[in-house]
Amino acid sequence: MSAALTTPPAAPAVPKVELRGVRKSFGSTEVLRGVDLDVAAGEVTVVLGPSGSGKSTLLRTINHLEKVDGGSVSVDGTLVGYRRSGNKLYELREREILRRRTRIGFVFQNFHLFPHLTVLENITEAPVSALRRPRREAEEAARKLLDRVGLADKETAYPKQLSGGQQQRVAIARALALEPGLLLFDEPTSALDPELVGEVLDVIRDLADGGTTMIVVTHEIGFAREVADTVVFMDEGRIVERGTPAEVLDNPVHERTRAFLSKVL
Amino acid sequence: MTLTSDPPVGKTGERPETGAGPGADELTVVAVRRPWRWAAVAATAVVLVQFGHGLVTNPGWEWDVFAQYFASEAILRAVWVTLQLTFHGTVLGFALGVVLAFMRLSASPFLRAVAFGYVWAFRSIPLIVQLLFWFNLAYLYGELSIGIPFGPGFFSFDTVGLVGAMSAAVLGLALHQAAYAAEIVRGGVLSVDGGQLEAAAALGIPRLRRLRRIVLPQAMRSILPNAANEIVSLFKGTSIVSVMAIGELFYQVQVVYGRTGRVVPLLMVATVWYVLLTTALSVVQHYVERHYAKGSTR
Repeated sequence: MSAALTTPPAAPAVPKVELRGVRKSFGSTEVLRGVDLDVAAGEVTVVLGPSGSGKSTLLRTINHLEKVDGGSVSVDGTLVGYRRSGNKLYELREREILRRRTRIGFVFQNFHLFPHLTVLENITEAPVSALRRPRREAEEAARKLLDRVGLADKETAYPKQLSGGQQQRVAIARALALEPGLLLFDEPTSALDPELVGEVLDVIRDLADGGTTMIVVTHEIGFAREVADTVVFMDEGRIVERGTPAEVLDNPVHERTRAFLSKVL
Repeated sequence: MTLTSDPPVGKTGERPETGAGPGADELTVVAVRRPWRWAAVAATAVVLVQFGHGLVTNPGWEWDVFAQYFASEAILRAVWVTLQLTFHGTVLGFALGVVLAFMRLSASPFLRAVAFGYVWAFRSIPLIVQLLFWFNLAYLYGELSIGIPFGPGFFSFDTVGLVGAMSAAVLGLALHQAAYAAEIVRGGVLSVDGGQLEAAAALGIPRLRRLRRIVLPQAMRSILPNAANEIVSLFKGTSIVSVMAIGELFYQVQVVYGRTGRVVPLLMVATVWYVLLTTALSVVQHYVERHYAKGSTR
């Protein structure tokens, strides 16, 4: 892994996302125990692992929803949440953090759409308030996004009037409205009824084909096999195994990866 | 005659106990009879009619006196004072309450403790005691000034002139109200799913905008019923101010019956005004709640 850093810049010189020795504890529970991860631009990385292995926490450190206790996270060569000066990391002001976050889209397991706003208002809220786009322009863009996720006729609906799959597709459109360079998905289909999983995965697959850089935490092994460039397997706060889908899913080296795959496949 | 082959039928011609069979679409449902319910309705109706009859026929109500004073100028002016006290008490009380609520929700232990202390103190002191304190403020601080804390003052005011009876009353009501409003607002904010704030933060929405646009509209759903309760009880609670000889509704009514001796009809005047205005408030509440219920139904 570290060899990639020393080789001359052939393809993308700096990885899009770079985690080095990331550690995080909640109380006395150590959730992340030194995680290194590189995601190159345009690459889709799928993170697998048993529940409690730290996958979601890892994802949340990348847009600073979770502060790290040690190590560093950087996106596009810029530290997330901190400014480095010498050997110290200074926590950034909220405004700075928010500005950097607009470059990163996050899709939650439970959608977290704003229930009192219409679908269109959900999507335009961030472009208007965080990026100061004119409302009309933001609405125009939002309609295009709704069309892209197959919900062009739902702009005036409220989230509760939609199915889970439709809500998650709106949530994806909402994340895309900031035109982020990186998309993070935290178990995007885990809260959905089985028959609705497909429609959401289709949207994510389209985005992957379009060359968006993504990190997806999921339990959908089939999706990982089909879409991922890299599959990462986590267990007990560490990355245990990393490779192409064929390597990790079909010929896992590590005992724990094998044990996990035998349970979910 | 074979015993085993006979089908177990009841009386001849009776239909089987299922909805199926010929005539299924003619089946009608007959509700069960509830005779005791009718008895209860009758008994309640008799009591109500008796009460109504008493209101009309008992000369003690003195409806002519009621009519004479109900819309008299002195009473209308008093109603206006009551409304002013309620309005200012509510606006100032809730403004301070919102500040206190966010102090209690802040990350700073000091701000949390101060807000907690405020709520603790003002909920513990009876409103009437507090009002009398404010009324006697000039005794404690003869002069109020704006300037450098513990240093020289730039502007000075005479406390008696600044804190007249009316301002003392508004101040007392508002400070009392703020303690309750703080808890109501805090409860409302806590009732909003944490994921909402997280999603808004992940989208880079600025902090104040997050509160105003995402959290408060959702918090309003649980704030409103409680807030309406508080406003109604403040509205009626303004009658306490009568101890400070402020010409609000209840004080004015007392003045009139002190002069005329017509106690019951004048109490009725106050009662009907309180009921009417509370009803108006409930109507407003209904529409405001409907506004904030947007998106809550499927």
